[in-house]
Amino acid sequence: MRRLNASLIAGGVIVGGIVLMALVSFVWTPYDATLVDPASRLAQPSWEHWFGTDKFGRDVLSQIMVGSRTTLFVGVVAVGVAAVIGVPLGVLAAMVRRWPSELIMRANDLLLAFPALLLAIMFGAVFGASTLTAMVAIGIASVPSFARVIRSGALQVMRTEYVLAARAAGRQPLPIALRHVLPNVTSLITVQASVSFAIAVLAEAALSFLGYGTPPPTPSWGRMLQESQEFLFTAPRLAVFPGVAIAIAVLGFNLLGDGLRDRFDPKLEDRR
Amino acid sequence: MSAVAAPDDVLSVRGLNVTVRDTVLVADVDLTVGPGERVGLIGESGSGKSLTALSILGLLPDDVVADGSIRLAGVGPDLVGTDEKTLSRIRGRDLAMVFQEPMTALNPTMRIGDQIAEVMLIHQTRSGRAAARAAAAELLERVQLPPDLLRAYPHQLSGGQRQRVVLAIALANDPALLICDEPTTALDVTVQALVLDLIVSGVRERSSALLFITHDLAVVATVCDRVLVMYGGRVVESGPITTLFTTPRHRYTQGLLAASNLEPHDAPTASDFADGAYPDSGSGDVAPSSRTRSRRLTTIPGTVPAAGHFPSGCVFRNRCAHATDVCATTPPWTGTATHGYACHHPAGAQDA
Amino acid sequence: MPDQPAIVATDLVRDFPRPRTSLLTPAPVVHALRGVSLEVKQGERFGIVGESGCGKSTLLRLIAALDRPTSGQIVVEGTDITNLPERRLRFLRENLQLVFQDPMSSLDPRMRVRDIIAEPLVVQGHPASGARVRELLDAVGLPANAGERYPHQFSGGQRQRISIARALAPRPRILIADEPVSALDVSVRAQVLNLISDLVDELDLTLVFVSHDLSVVKHVCDRVAVMNAGQIVETGPTADVYAAPQHAYTQRLVSAIPTLQRALSGATTADLLSHPAAPSKGAPA
Repeated sequence: MRRLNASLIAGGVIVGGIVLMALVSFVWTPYDATLVDPASRLAQPSWEHWFGTDKFGRDVLSQIMVGSRTTLFVGVVAVGVAAVIGVPLGVLAAMVRRWPSELIMRANDLLLAFPALLLAIMFGAVFGASTLTAMVAIGIASVPSFARVIRSGALQVMRTEYVLAARAAGRQPLPIALRHVLPNVTSLITVQASVSFAIAVLAEAALSFLGYGTPPPTPSWGRMLQESQEFLFTAPRLAVFPGVAIAIAVLGFNLLGDGLRDRFDPKLEDRR
Repeated sequence: MSAVAAPDDVLSVRGLNVTVRDTVLVADVDLTVGPGERVGLIGESGSGKSLTALSILGLLPDDVVADGSIRLAGVGPDLVGTDEKTLSRIRGRDLAMVFQEPMTALNPTMRIGDQIAEVMLIHQTRSGRAAARAAAAELLERVQLPPDLLRAYPHQLSGGQRQRVVLAIALANDPALLICDEPTTALDVTVQALVLDLIVSGVRERSSALLFITHDLAVVATVCDRVLVMYGGRVVESGPITTLFTTPRHRYTQGLLAASNLEPHDAPTASDFADGAYPDSGSGDVAPSSRTRSRRLTTIPGTVPAAGHFPSGCVFRNRCAHATDVCATTPPWTGTATHGYACHHPAGAQDA
Repeated sequence: MPDQPAIVATDLVRDFPRPRTSLLTPAPVVHALRGVSLEVKQGERFGIVGESGCGKSTLLRLIAALDRPTSGQIVVEGTDITNLPERRLRFLRENLQLVFQDPMSSLDPRMRVRDIIAEPLVVQGHPASGARVRELLDAVGLPANAGERYPHQFSGGQRQRISIARALAPRPRILIADEPVSALDVSVRAQVLNLISDLVDELDLTLVFVSHDLSVVKHVCDRVAVMNAGQIVETGPTADVYAAPQHAYTQRLVSAIPTLQRALSGATTADLLSHPAAPSKGAPA
């Protein structure tokens, strides 16, 4: 039996907790997360409002709970888009001949030079501002870094003698990509995915602030953080709670990424 | 003569043990190198030969610990347990090293000439920069490299040229002892021949002692006067080249010689080793044709165990056709400090 | 077709363009092969000897149709493979297999040994039965349960046995071994050389054995081609080439090889550098 490692357990618990919180928020939150209650504006944490309330009197805990849905959505969409396009592109660039590979990588560089936020704002202007369009844009903007990292890993795999042996046995390029290249770059994919996840969550915050992310009143950790700015000195807890939530989520996904990488590395299987 | 080190030995290692956590990697190694003597240390992967060299240089990795005694002539303290500051004054001056990989032994951002001069400036064996540069040019000439390479960077050199630069640096301060660890393993045969010759002439000119570590029996026989055979972290046999390679006593030495002999077995030179005692672990019962018979090599059955998984007692007994119950006890050393073996059932004995 | 040669290469040239260093001058070219011709007979053990950069790896890749020549022609078992598209190379993929030098990089670390050995069978649409895998493991002297493990759990010599089992899986007629024992310990080298020898005899294979070590090639092969700087400088029966090398490069190569026999009869490192026209000491007549 394979042993579970500490990163995998810790990451699994954190990410599982966030997923659970998101699921619970569909059926129950302490308050309606969008309920404006002018009577209890900027309330300190208390038994009624564990995390206090914001400038509109909305319950912060409820907002965090509902906001976790946005965060998960953001992460899955942005990382998903980036990985689904970037990984095959990187593998392709490593496997094709010289000039098509050059073409892919130069196009990649062009996209890399284009600011991610600008791309998201363009998308928002064209397709209408929503979490989805923002995250598809962030995902597309993350494609080049995926493609670049995966290509360098795939190039190394393509140079190994086991790929040569597979070619000599008559393996076609696509099966070589699926059987040999992809399994041997999974560690790069997981690491890159956890990095992209963190970037996406932070980008969502920035876009929400600019009005191109999650439209109000849907709660989002990023926008909560942005809205807390004006009260940074009077009510710092408004920044602390979503900030800590983002940090924990990023940490959780990073740990999960590391854990998965080790879990699927046969070399580490019989080590202790 | 006796087990006590002669007082004039350049290097004297006594009872060296190297351990990592609870795993013993090198056990009870005794080793001496006399002035001007060329001593070989041979063994396969996992034999502990490189760890022995690193112990002498005080360059073991952090979690690897050496104990025992390592003394270098003309240097006060025992090298085991000496602080890094003292060791760094000794390394490169009294004690120099050539490693296997010439790629990583040179600083890629420094010119060749500066790198050779640096080792003399660090140890202040030349008075000033100009003298060191002049000496560097001369050293480069001694390893048969053109003087314009002084201004070159390492990446502009071939592997063989780099290894010659490494050798020039090692010999710059006329060390009492030069240690070479597989110096030609990464090189082509024709380049190897040149580098080996430069090593031998380099130490001969300086009357330096040489400790030469390799897995290649033919190389060690060509370069050295005397040889120690290591297996499983222990010295199993030692002696003068000719004696040890023509009449090996330890069963491992015997097996190693037989396995490395690529001449057809009916050749007269091979008959000494091919005693047929080793059942082949190869591919089952293929009926050998007459052609195959002449092509079959004598092998040592099984594989070299991983570090820490060698048997107790005689480390070779799980691969040895002559092993008996008595081999579960560590065999005593038979012979003198420089010529002997550790085997319960040595080859050539009356009752073997 | 018993008398048809296994491999015929005619005037092979392979140039590799290097990255451009200037916009004004054409991209520099590396001439890896400069007109190589050779013929390997059916059932022959043919050696190719040369030092690093001599073009022997490039030559192997061309013979295995893993790379295309700039010019020249390669015929394997009567079929001109020089410009055949991959889909028409099926006969070659079944009949010609390779064993590589580095037992670390030649096996996919993420695959179990049984999947590694079965890969050529699966690719070529043969039933990859457990029985065939066990049979192959047995043929190379590995226990049947080795199939369940991963490559890193084996020593270098055992990995090389796995490589050989994979190469033999599709029952090839030509085996190309690229420095198969260069990374192995001496005691293990003898085991692997014996294994290759036995299998070549037992299965009636044509063997192309590439090495930098002429003494290993002399032990394994009947005929040898010596390569230097992209060309074959000398070809002949191995024993003759070793005992009486004709070309200056071969003479230098032979005399540079340290052997126990020479050393024990008093050869020094200086003798490795001299290249007398007379055969070296210890070499058979």
